[in-house]
Amino acid sequence: MTNLIDIKGVTHAYQTAHGPLPVLDDLNISVPEGEFCAVVGPSGCGKSTLTRLVAGLMKPDRGEVWLHGQRVTGPRKTVGMAFQNPVMLEWRTILENVMLPLEIVAPRMPKAERETRAADLLSLVGLEGFEHKRPSELSGGMRQRASLCRAIVHKPDVLIMDEPFGALDAFTREDLWLTMHDLRAKEPFTCVLITHDLREAVFLGDQVIVLSGRPATTQYVLDVDYPGERQLDGLYTPEITDMLHLLRDQIKIAQGRQDATEDAA
Amino acid sequence: MKGLKSAAVPLAAILAFLAFWEALVWVNDWPNYKMASPSDLPPAFWKYRWFFLEMSWQTLWRTVAGLGLAVVVGTLLGMAMGFSRVARDALYPLLVGFNAIPKATLVPVIALIFIGQHDFNTVLMAFLISFFPIAVSVGIGLSTLEPEYRDILRALGASKVTIFWKIALPKTLPEFFGALKVSATLAFIGTNLVEIVSPHGRGLGALFKSGETNGDYPLMFAVLIALAALGILLYYAVVFLERIFAGWAERPAH
Repeated sequence: MTNLIDIKGVTHAYQTAHGPLPVLDDLNISVPEGEFCAVVGPSGCGKSTLTRLVAGLMKPDRGEVWLHGQRVTGPRKTVGMAFQNPVMLEWRTILENVMLPLEIVAPRMPKAERETRAADLLSLVGLEGFEHKRPSELSGGMRQRASLCRAIVHKPDVLIMDEPFGALDAFTREDLWLTMHDLRAKEPFTCVLITHDLREAVFLGDQVIVLSGRPATTQYVLDVDYPGERQLDGLYTPEITDMLHLLRDQIKIAQGRQDATEDAA
Repeated sequence: MKGLKSAAVPLAAILAFLAFWEALVWVNDWPNYKMASPSDLPPAFWKYRWFFLEMSWQTLWRTVAGLGLAVVVGTLLGMAMGFSRVARDALYPLLVGFNAIPKATLVPVIALIFIGQHDFNTVLMAFLISFFPIAVSVGIGLSTLEPEYRDILRALGASKVTIFWKIALPKTLPEFFGALKVSATLAFIGTNLVEIVSPHGRGLGALFKSGETNGDYPLMFAVLIALAALGILLYYAVVFLERIFAGWAERPAH
């Protein structure tokens, strides 16, 4: 299988007033086409930098990022992004918000066609009937659903998500996990998800990558062998519990306090 | 019913204010060179009705012209400061310093540079006094745009111009209109400053001056009321535009 995303030996440092701050150190990640890659790691380890590199919003100091067999040198139209903040444009309706990327990527697509495409996606995530509401009239979870629709409305090859469910309550978050699976079943895309939630990583990811503390490098790769269908109940099986323990231990190593703490989880 | 009530409340407040004013003058038995009472005003308005119409128009168009200029220049300055750090560092102290100068002191300076250009001088002063809030608010609005807003379009390869039109500009509109309300009132002050000080000026300021020269005190007070009325008119014109262009920022009342 060919890899859709190849991150090869990426090293990057930010220039600060106190000298260079290295954030990524010889990072290597490969994501096959259609796979869902969850990235976890301690706070401030450079996970968001990773999303910006894949999106072509910045260039690494060293190393290469490849998308679809092409080296990433700048932004490209085949990427979709979603953040913790749903970034809704308050002056547009929900439907107009979802249509935004099409205005950039496919300016010649007829308006009716754009509307149909956006409305179809909205009904897929359960927002039918809210097309003409303003973002301020929707709940946080609904806004995040709309934000996901906007991120994939132009059928990107890669969806990059930076803690998209981090600000939601636990039950809404689980709802959105299921929505992600529904979306992937109907609209196949390769996905990179940055998260702090290990259960989320295991429930959504085909592989989970643990980054080390800053400067981040690939510390551990877990191939998720989910028991049966991806159902929430599966999270409470022994197999998944073992995976979660394993990831938890890796995070501890990443935080550099494996030996310092006694609270064996 | 709701519309009636929303009109009745401010109207009642204005009537109460006029009654208080009338009573104050009546109780103290002030002569009208000390303070004219509201009941002196209708005759003054009627006597000089054509003057009032003409002078109000003069004041209004010059204020709006100055304000229009302030919107264009203020927005451009704000854009420069919002998008470029260098421009922000360079312009900010200059603008703050300029804004701190009392504009009354500029009237003779302008009058000497552009002798006899009364219309031009008035518009210029209205502009000088009112562009600052617009420049600052647009600058701050643009420079505090959250990076995610830029990134959702930048990641698709959108140009800076596209990002400005589709995101930065509409997102800044509520701040812009907030500043425009302040600027509209300021522009009005600038216009009148020049009208009052210039010899042979025109506009409501000049009418005020002639009332003073002739000892026609009810006329002076009538001019002040006319100025207040024009100020209210201009303010609500801005509010009306705000409703149209930035009405989305107004949350429904709970």
